[in-house]
Amino acid sequence: MSATRRLFGAAIAGAFGLLAAGTASAQGSLTVYCSVQEEWCRPMMAAFERATGISVAMTRRSSGETLTQIRAEAQNPRGDVWWGGTGDPHMQAAQENLTQEYRSPMLAQLQPWAVRQAEQTGFRTVGIYAGALGYSYNAPELQRRRITAPRCWADLAKPEFRGEVQVADPNTSGTAYTMLATLVQIMGEDPAFTYLRALHRNVNQYTRSGAAPARAAATGETLVGITFLHDAVAQKVSGAPLELVGPCEGTGYEIGSMSIVRGARNMDNARRFYDWALSAEAQAIGAEAKAYQLPSNRSAPIPPQAPRFENVPLIDYDFARWGNAQERTRLIDRWQREVRAGAR
Amino acid sequence: MGALTLGRAALLCAALGMLLLPWHGLEGGPAELAAWPGGTAAPLVALLLSGARWWLWPVALLLVITAPPLLRGRAPGGLLVATGAGIILWTLAMGEAIGLRGLDWHWLAPLLGAPPPQPSLGWGALFVLVGATGLFASGLAARGAFGADAFVAFLVAGSAFLLLLFVFGPLFTILSAAVYEGDRFAPGALVARVTAPEAWSLACLATHEGCGVVWNTLLLATLTAVLSTMIGLFFALLAVRGGVRAAPLFRAMTILPLITPPFVVAMALIVLFGRTGIVTTFMWDWFDIPRSRWIYGLPGVLLAQVLAQAPIAFLLLDGALRAISPSLEEASATMGARRFTIFRTVTWPLLKPALAAAFLLGFVESLADFGNPLVLGGDFDVLSTRIFFAIAGARHDPGRAAALALLLLALTFGAFALQALWLGRRRYTTVTGKGDSGIPAPLPAGLKLTCGLVVWPWMLFTAAVYGVILVGGFVHDIGRGDMSFTWRHILTAFEVEWRDGFALRGSAWDSLLTTIEVAAIAAPITAFLGILLAWLIARQDFRGRRTLEFMTMLSFAIPGTVVGVSYVMAFNVPPIELTGTALILILCFVFRNLPVGVRGGLAALAQIDRSLDEASATMGAGAVDTLRRVVLPLMRPAIITALAFSFVHAMTAVSAVIFLVSARHNLATVYIVGRVEAGEMALAIAYSTVLIFIMLAVVLGIEKGVGRARLGRRAAPASPGLRNAPAAAPVRAGA
Repeated sequence: MSATRRLFGAAIAGAFGLLAAGTASAQGSLTVYCSVQEEWCRPMMAAFERATGISVAMTRRSSGETLTQIRAEAQNPRGDVWWGGTGDPHMQAAQENLTQEYRSPMLAQLQPWAVRQAEQTGFRTVGIYAGALGYSYNAPELQRRRITAPRCWADLAKPEFRGEVQVADPNTSGTAYTMLATLVQIMGEDPAFTYLRALHRNVNQYTRSGAAPARAAATGETLVGITFLHDAVAQKVSGAPLELVGPCEGTGYEIGSMSIVRGARNMDNARRFYDWALSAEAQAIGAEAKAYQLPSNRSAPIPPQAPRFENVPLIDYDFARWGNAQERTRLIDRWQREVRAGAR
Repeated sequence: MGALTLGRAALLCAALGMLLLPWHGLEGGPAELAAWPGGTAAPLVALLLSGARWWLWPVALLLVITAPPLLRGRAPGGLLVATGAGIILWTLAMGEAIGLRGLDWHWLAPLLGAPPPQPSLGWGALFVLVGATGLFASGLAARGAFGADAFVAFLVAGSAFLLLLFVFGPLFTILSAAVYEGDRFAPGALVARVTAPEAWSLACLATHEGCGVVWNTLLLATLTAVLSTMIGLFFALLAVRGGVRAAPLFRAMTILPLITPPFVVAMALIVLFGRTGIVTTFMWDWFDIPRSRWIYGLPGVLLAQVLAQAPIAFLLLDGALRAISPSLEEASATMGARRFTIFRTVTWPLLKPALAAAFLLGFVESLADFGNPLVLGGDFDVLSTRIFFAIAGARHDPGRAAALALLLLALTFGAFALQALWLGRRRYTTVTGKGDSGIPAPLPAGLKLTCGLVVWPWMLFTAAVYGVILVGGFVHDIGRGDMSFTWRHILTAFEVEWRDGFALRGSAWDSLLTTIEVAAIAAPITAFLGILLAWLIARQDFRGRRTLEFMTMLSFAIPGTVVGVSYVMAFNVPPIELTGTALILILCFVFRNLPVGVRGGLAALAQIDRSLDEASATMGAGAVDTLRRVVLPLMRPAIITALAFSFVHAMTAVSAVIFLVSARHNLATVYIVGRVEAGEMALAIAYSTVLIFIMLAVVLGIEKGVGRARLGRRAAPASPGLRNAPAAAPVRAGA
């Protein structure tokens, strides 16, 4: 009797299992372009698959490459959601009408800066995390040279840092452009360029990738690396002797963003992902993946190692103005002409 | 094969495509076949009858016109040529004109009205297009072209069509961006972009500003070419004339640059010579040599490129040096010349053509290199990286990228033109130099010492670089000097789990398996197509032969980034929609590596006497039989070599595929780029080590196969395997 019942039960369970499998595939699929580091992309997608049964195909590329891809595919989009990566390319995509407007019901739970990012682009993108700009220095190297620890942007222009500062090239990196725009907003345009010309003498290399200076500082290839602070935290957590500095004059920040590709093939699933990615539980995954940005959901836990904005004086970064393609081209051209071309 | 046979076969093929196979691509996979003959799987005939694709009626009509004469046993040349070409042009033009959003060519609106959206072409269209090409070719053969051999006509027409579609078409798409300002046609913009100071500025001579990127590129390429040729020459002199027993060692070294994935040498150089590098720290601790950042910039890139190119220069020069007959040198010696005089007046002039070949190969490779300047360039910019960032950087400017790509193309073509000039002379000299016996004169003592002084440190240096690569994957963080042993990186990438069944949990498995699969599919196609084209170019006489040869070589000269983006632009929308599939990767590899196969085939054919073909022809064999029973068996070594090269090239390509990979089809090199970007050198190095071992196994396995397949007669006296091949097949390391 009991054996029969067990058999019966197993049969029913099996049938349900089949049914469940059927519904799982009926949930359809989703293609995500991911522009944060691989360690964060993977668990994120896995968690979404577990939560919804939608199967996710994920491609990781830098945000510039992803924007290029979406542009090239504009006639016939392949991706559904573009998740992560610094905000400027997302805003550019919105400006070029490559992404889709969507007002998520989750907007109410977000930090004001994240909502503002959405409002400025007509709800074509939204903030998912934020990270402050700053710099990090290699502590033992600094000690060896007996230089007092820098605290401000101005310190980096001092002669003792000659040839010891590394920063990315705004022509290729959104991080470096954020620095350019930040300094212009803090100091005013002409003084900012005077400062940048002074800093230029201390720069040993303009790297192409935005996060590279943090790595270089971690290995001692350079003394100071200007990056987003969470990039430096990631190096510090893995054991590098780095000290982080939120400059005393104040600093700018990036808003990592998310957009839905216009003409996405799986629009409904894209919206589900969008809503899910703004939830507190989804944003908690970042900390486990060694991503120390500030999550945009107000109730998402903030990783203890994350550089808090309270300690870093943040400027009121005007993304609408400085994210504009024309303004960006103008600033970069001026930088190229007046700073980059100068003698070191 | 007669024109009639081909014409009938082509008609059958086209009819099959029109009546049975689904005309459009099946986006939802084979499951959509259930709807046949309606729905998305409908063949053209159903679509025509239902009126859904009324604009394709001309295709069906043209096909029907050809049927009666062909079936009655006549092959009217002019008609077949016209219908074949008409079907191809009409199908593709309509595919372009009516896209996913209905009409795309708006000037056709009065004619076409507002047609419904038209998805991409599928199997049916493929068969119709193949059939149309067959009709076209049989028409040409019927009119007496290609020696009236329809098989040759079909091969030529087919490969020309493929090359137009997959090399010329995408290239044209992207380069036309150079004459557009936004959406506006502006030829002035092209002039401005091509002559921009960013490319040609000479400011670095007078001020501290950097020079134009063209000058940078030229300087780097020239230095790379000179240094790698020089080092290669020293190696070759020592190996052939120096009485050194290290020749097998040298030869083993020559295989390394072929199987090294991009970036990894650059990373190893940073580990060794970066400011906190192993060597740098040692020099600082022991000799108080101040630590500097000299590796970032021209010196570092140069070093990495010479590391890759010197072994290839050695291969070329080693072969040339062995081919020089000692009898000339002996003659010189008997007339009383001193050893150095002999070297200067006899050996050196005979080597000149090979030196030029090595120089130009190094030059072209340096132009195409993308990985090394990316990692080691510092502030030093070259064209290949500038193009990449003009497309994918913070400032997106396809017009500028296209103009820079044009400049790079011009440089490469310039180099090829020079090479062609030198090749003409080389033939002349080598023939003169050929003799039989005699003992080669030993090197003059001073020269031997100089060679030794260069060669042994260089070997040590190479060993150090590859030692770092070997070790780097198995220690915690070689970049920071944390040298404790760990399996961590290998496990992250290649973990295998046995819990319930076999599961590949490592994060690199997907990309590794896809890479091997794609490379393994692309390699035979590349080799086959390349050898066929080589045979057509070398053995068949037809008008447009030079053009065909030029087109096969064209893809070699195009920078990888340009190829990648152009493929996305050209094949993302109907009529031919391939992005996101493995097919686009395969096609990209096939057409990008085609020159390797063609060159290898041409070199092998040069060794096989034409009289064999002629004998076969006089005995009544057609082109098919001659190719199958005479030429191909004799070319087996060349085929296998081409296979190995295209496999290895496909596994190490990066700039061309970075925009073509998709979630389901990721590639190893693109994964490595991601690791490098994230600063995870150890993982990137670990993955590269695994790739190196896989490629080593493949190359050695193939070389062993070639060794056994060595031909008894007619093949070159020296082993015709991998050792000689780079002379014919330029290598594109890290491109």
